[in-house]
Amino acid sequence: MSTEPVSAAPPPAEPEALPSAPTRRTFIAATTAVGGVAVAGGVIGGSVLVGSEDAAAAVAPVSRVSLTVNGTRRTVTVDNRTSLLDLLREHLDLSGAKKGCNAGACGACTVLVDGRRVNSCLTLAVRLEGAEVTTIEGLADGDRLHPLQQAFIDEDAFQCGYCTPGQIMSGVGCIKEGHADTPEEIREWMSGNICRCGCYVKIVRAVEQTAGK
Amino acid sequence: MSPQPQAAVGAPLSRVDGRLKVTGKALYAAEHDVDGVLHAVLVDASIGRGRITSLDTGAAEKHPGVLRVIHHRNAPKLPYLDNPGSNNPEGRRLRVFQDDKVLFHGQPVAVVVATTLEAAQHGASLVKVGYDAQKPSTDLAEAQPDEPTKYARGDAEAGLRKAAVRLDLDYRMARNHQNPMEPHATIARWNGDRLTVWDKTQWVVGTQTELSTVFDLPMKSVRVISPFVGGGFGSGLRCWPHTVVAALAARELKRPVKLVLSRRQMYFGTGFRPSYDYRVRLGSDRRGRLAAMVHEMDAETSSYEKFEEAIMLAGQMFYSTPNVSQEYRKVPLDVNTPIWMRGPGFASASFAIESAMDELANRLGVDPIELRLRNEPPEDESNGLPWSTRRLRECYSVGAREFGWDRRNPEPRSTRDGDWLVGLGMAAAVYDPGRFPAQARVRLDADGTAVAEAATIDMGPGTYTSQTQVAADALGLTMRNVTFRLGDSLYPPTPPHGGSMTMTVVGSAVLDGCNKVRGRAIQLAVEDEESPLYGIKAEDVVVRNGRLHVQDDPARGETYQRLLTRNKLTHLEAVGAYAGAPEPARHSYFSYGAVFTEVGVDATLGLVRVRRMLGVYDVGRIVSPKLADSQALGGMVGGIGQALLEHTVTDHRDGRIVNASLADYLVPVNADIRDLKAIYLEGEDPDADPLGVKGIGEVVQVGVAAAVANAVHNATGRRIRELPITAEALI
Repeated sequence: MSTEPVSAAPPPAEPEALPSAPTRRTFIAATTAVGGVAVAGGVIGGSVLVGSEDAAAAVAPVSRVSLTVNGTRRTVTVDNRTSLLDLLREHLDLSGAKKGCNAGACGACTVLVDGRRVNSCLTLAVRLEGAEVTTIEGLADGDRLHPLQQAFIDEDAFQCGYCTPGQIMSGVGCIKEGHADTPEEIREWMSGNICRCGCYVKIVRAVEQTAGK
Repeated sequence: MSPQPQAAVGAPLSRVDGRLKVTGKALYAAEHDVDGVLHAVLVDASIGRGRITSLDTGAAEKHPGVLRVIHHRNAPKLPYLDNPGSNNPEGRRLRVFQDDKVLFHGQPVAVVVATTLEAAQHGASLVKVGYDAQKPSTDLAEAQPDEPTKYARGDAEAGLRKAAVRLDLDYRMARNHQNPMEPHATIARWNGDRLTVWDKTQWVVGTQTELSTVFDLPMKSVRVISPFVGGGFGSGLRCWPHTVVAALAARELKRPVKLVLSRRQMYFGTGFRPSYDYRVRLGSDRRGRLAAMVHEMDAETSSYEKFEEAIMLAGQMFYSTPNVSQEYRKVPLDVNTPIWMRGPGFASASFAIESAMDELANRLGVDPIELRLRNEPPEDESNGLPWSTRRLRECYSVGAREFGWDRRNPEPRSTRDGDWLVGLGMAAAVYDPGRFPAQARVRLDADGTAVAEAATIDMGPGTYTSQTQVAADALGLTMRNVTFRLGDSLYPPTPPHGGSMTMTVVGSAVLDGCNKVRGRAIQLAVEDEESPLYGIKAEDVVVRNGRLHVQDDPARGETYQRLLTRNKLTHLEAVGAYAGAPEPARHSYFSYGAVFTEVGVDATLGLVRVRRMLGVYDVGRIVSPKLADSQALGGMVGGIGQALLEHTVTDHRDGRIVNASLADYLVPVNADIRDLKAIYLEGEDPDADPLGVKGIGEVVQVGVAAAVANAVHNATGRRIRELPITAEALI
């Protein structure tokens, strides 16, 4: 994965030899190519691959995407298979969004995309051209915590802390959506975020208080 | 405790690491930035038992970005020395990639290492493994148990025969998985013969010893780092095969390697709470005084290790019973080895025993609390020792009052709220906290700040915060001027972060270290002619806000800073220690609780909702009330999961776990949890340890499942003896 500036993008390489029957992956790769994105090769993970055993790595379906992350415009060359979550965690050094299940079942990866809460593990990075992404790292105003972050500390709405960034991002979304009027409503609309330490009572309290401000 | 004024201990403080956690800056195992790291993804066996007959790695190796596929045909032989004193159960631990045998569905059979995560994941899907598959044995009810572990006092069979009232009850409990939110992960890096791993673990020393024995390295050549752990509930109590795989791959590739288990792999790559078949036969007189209890327990374990837990103790010590006999049979199955899960042993035993007590109360028409009071033992009948503190009566009375127990109609199925049948239930809770030796290093710097460090973990209970509270008071510093460090095997050794012992053993070591450092500073002052404290008796000096002064004359004193600077000392340092449980034991020492709950059961649909729950606990001194409260509520949520939702389902045809995901293995979500409340009885247990604490984290899950089952009975008249309690069972 390379982040801008990409001064010397290698020339497009030979496409992968396609097997006779299309596999799910080649289907995705082909579809992506139809979508008009650039396919580059030779550079993966930001490191130029060397050595004979790495020769096979010369081709991987990649695309360039420009998106805004926490207010900063980033243009990245991503493997087409990369989720937004893996883009954040493995390539942009933003490990605040957590991988709990990688299947959209736990909510630990919740971030805001264009103001709406999404499971970043189920969101392919390549489809985010022009998107605005806000992660837990972009929530505070400098040293001043977002009121919901402060409420989580004050109410002790977490223990291990692993689901916390997702809970907070989801809570911000929940309040913005207008789904935080009563504890019952908050419980329902925050149920996409699992907390295995069992801090739900205090999560509801933190969201309720923040919504009331 | 020390003679120091208590300011931080007992105060409802927020977490010292709270800011890191709410800003996403706390780094968990897979998140450490290690230069040049490669990604590894495991390939796991798709049969439940048999042999690997073929391995086709060609397509994977050709996949762009894949650097290597390691498996039993090309992996080096690993020493796998014995590891006594570890948490590895008796047996022969799984040795990764050392032979062609498959012992359980999901066993790692290969690992794909690639430059990117995407390539490693895809590469792993391209590895083709051929098997000679045999039908696995995975059904607890069908398999042959090992020789039982037995316990007996009196003559239980004779006691049963003579008893006026007899019950014969069979309880079943599903397998549960810890499912911490953070998947297990390891980053391994070699520097010559030295290995560093960033690992999700509840015991850095345990991971260190395992890696040192697997690779035959000196202990000092292995460093384990784990500053933040995203939940454990027991899953991190031993070092699992994937950690060895990460280290092996890093050595083979000569690059750092990161290996993160998928959520699916968590179900067979780490342990679980074993399923149980627990039969209770009990006999009592007409007033409910127990005469005899017979416990027969069958629990699953793996074919290669004999997993054990403290399932027997509750049946020996909890109720006064002259005649007891127990048989604990481990049933070897073609599954991976279990591991202790929150409230290990006790959370399972209590479902059977506390349900049985409720059944006896119903049979006799005695209030369940009154029945328990009639069977309170004056001493521990398993060993004849006096209790240290056992304030169960108070737990019952406070709980009954606060919960409104008197509003319970003892007649089942007598209270309705619209579609909902409403019932109240209660159960008692007990846990035997561990007390093993621990150390901590404490350093007081000349600038008046201090650092304490120990190789312990904070998986969520708040170790960072509570240890800082202990250190701050014992040194006479503010919280802000004390830093507690943990999660590194370079720090003084501690036992596992589990078994409800961290506050007791690490806290006592921190307290000891701080007392030594403060004592040295005071000694220095009273012997220093230039100190205002010169000539004062050491025991008359206390320290507050970093200033040493005469206890009865606060004006007379000076700061640590002045004292150390004048004496040209950069710092004072000491290693504190906790020696472990006293030998021979003088007291019998347990954490206790009583759980009360109100459930609603939809009369048509059989849905169960926990409407409210109250736990009252006797766990000694509470160091950190705000965090202790969270821990108790969390234990209740875990117990509600155990009671109503959690059930790992195995397809016995091939040993596959069919619900290995968080969409299919149900855990409580926010909408499942309403009104939870915890009360800690004030006081301390002076016989327990220097801090007077007994341990919270385990006992708070014990008893919850039985309380729910008892409330369901009160609501519906239906006695469900199998966990989880599902709608199907109630329709």
